[in-house]
Amino acid sequence: MTTPLLKVENLRIALAGDGVTYDAVENVSFEIGRGEAFGLVGESGCGKSITALSVMGLLRRPLSLAGGRIILDGKEIQNVSAAEMRRLRGKRIAMIFQEPMTALNPLSPVGRQIAEMFVLHEGANWNEAMDRAEDALRQVRVPSPERRIKDYPHQLSGGMRQRVMIAIALACGPDLLVADEPTTALDVTVQAEIIDLMAELCAAKGTAVLMISHDLGLVANMCQRVAVMYAGRIVESQVADAIFATPTHPYTQGLIDSLPRLGERARRGRQKLSEISGVVPSIANYPAGCRFNPRCPAVTDVCRTIVPEATPLPADGVVRCHHHG
Amino acid sequence: MSLALKLPRLRLKGGTSLWVGGGLVAIAISSAILAPWIALTDPVLDANLMNAELPPSWEFPFGTDAQGRDIYSRIVWGARVSLSVGIISQICNSLIGVTLGLTAGYWGGWWDDLVSGLTNLMLAIPSLVFALAIMAILGPGLVSLVIALGLTSWSYSCRIARAQVLSLKSQGYIQAARILGYGDLRIMFTQILPNILGPLIVIATLGMGGAILAEAALSFLGLGIRPPFPSWGSMLSEARDQITTAPWLSVFPGLAIFFTVLGLNLLGDGLRDYLDPQSTTRRG
Repeated sequence: MTTPLLKVENLRIALAGDGVTYDAVENVSFEIGRGEAFGLVGESGCGKSITALSVMGLLRRPLSLAGGRIILDGKEIQNVSAAEMRRLRGKRIAMIFQEPMTALNPLSPVGRQIAEMFVLHEGANWNEAMDRAEDALRQVRVPSPERRIKDYPHQLSGGMRQRVMIAIALACGPDLLVADEPTTALDVTVQAEIIDLMAELCAAKGTAVLMISHDLGLVANMCQRVAVMYAGRIVESQVADAIFATPTHPYTQGLIDSLPRLGERARRGRQKLSEISGVVPSIANYPAGCRFNPRCPAVTDVCRTIVPEATPLPADGVVRCHHHG
Repeated sequence: MSLALKLPRLRLKGGTSLWVGGGLVAIAISSAILAPWIALTDPVLDANLMNAELPPSWEFPFGTDAQGRDIYSRIVWGARVSLSVGIISQICNSLIGVTLGLTAGYWGGWWDDLVSGLTNLMLAIPSLVFALAIMAILGPGLVSLVIALGLTSWSYSCRIARAQVLSLKSQGYIQAARILGYGDLRIMFTQILPNILGPLIVIATLGMGGAILAEAALSFLGLGIRPPFPSWGSMLSEARDQITTAPWLSVFPGLAIFFTVLGLNLLGDGLRDYLDPQSTTRRG
């Protein structure tokens, strides 16, 4: 691999509580190549969304960047000025969110909201920007875009709004698109359309994707490589196909075992879907050692005291477990 | 027998309140502009003690005051003072209040503390007392009246704007704007301001009524418009003693204020509905 587009090294994000500081994210490292789609999977509260926000330079109190480096295209961006960061956002790194219902300004026609990106980042004039907004809507396959550009967000359905969000995010041809649970709020059929659309447009424009989701299947579908996060740490990262074929960390294995599979009942009879017992520990009392140890079926004494180191797996994979390698 | 009067149903964009309010305000403003032509007599010079305190008649539609001046003519001329004081001073208040409230709510931190402290200070001192102090420095007159009232009651719009910004700041599209690289000022004026305009317009139109009444109080104290020249407020306060013997002295200026304030409030309401795309476009 040549120099990666985005390189995150030993990222640490601190959460300031009442007189105590917790590490919400610890020792997170990953790389995304140009045009590559990378998935970050984990349960709610494991730190995947704030990892994305830190890449955008948008951590707000009580969260703060406590250590590590974020390198975009060979340039460290974790300490650049606010004005410079603002020029990067939207133009080189864009983001779409979970909630297409609230992510659009209700008082502004959608065409105007797309056009504003061209005006803001490329200094286009409004007439030209509106024409390009119409093209952008056509690219995300919104029917009759010449009429839709005058519509307000409340006149569009959820799927249409998410298409508009994608059009806005991809308007200036960013190098990296951060997608934070882009389809969670949508119907399953619409989900598939949106994911296909995103994958297709990003491939066409050479945009890399950092996809954040709790849906392992969705991520594996779209991404070439996947990292699994648990309680603020990356526990395993592998090529997408390999993570299904040979999940190495007990947490990943548990996740994959808990997915319902077509034809399973016919093959093995009626069975309960397996689950990972226990709950995610709260950030205030993360266990010592491996953070998965209270729920791990293969736990031993060493897991309760020593933090596992990263062990390499074939094809750039990494796992953090004492019982591997 | 039922008298079913079928009026053609008017479909006006923006609803009836916009049109009724706009109509009332238009009447008030045009009478202020057209005063020299539609007034029957001179409001100051045509005093005639032979006609003092006459009730409304064909010759004097609204009656006459203690000096025998035509009330109707004085109301028409008085509209100039009352409207310019009410509207201009309230525009000043809104500009100051919205700018401070918007920036305080958005940026927070020490600026918010400073603005909130200042707002509380303004709310603690009765604005009339504050206006009195400014009038005492500037001296009486229309311009100083507008300045005094325009600088002293911005605290309401400031508080409303700040509170609205705080609740809006966590909305997805404000966050999205930040993520898409919008600058602070662009977010404040293109994303937040249009979304909080509704309540601010209502506050501003309510404040206009308040300013018209404050002008009356200041004029009554001798710091506003000098007596012979009419304003609605000063006419009302002069008429107080005769309210039982000559009620038309207070009723007509009172009605003028009432309909103007009503018109402004309806206009504000109507504008708020008109500016909200959810109420003017249908899902298509």
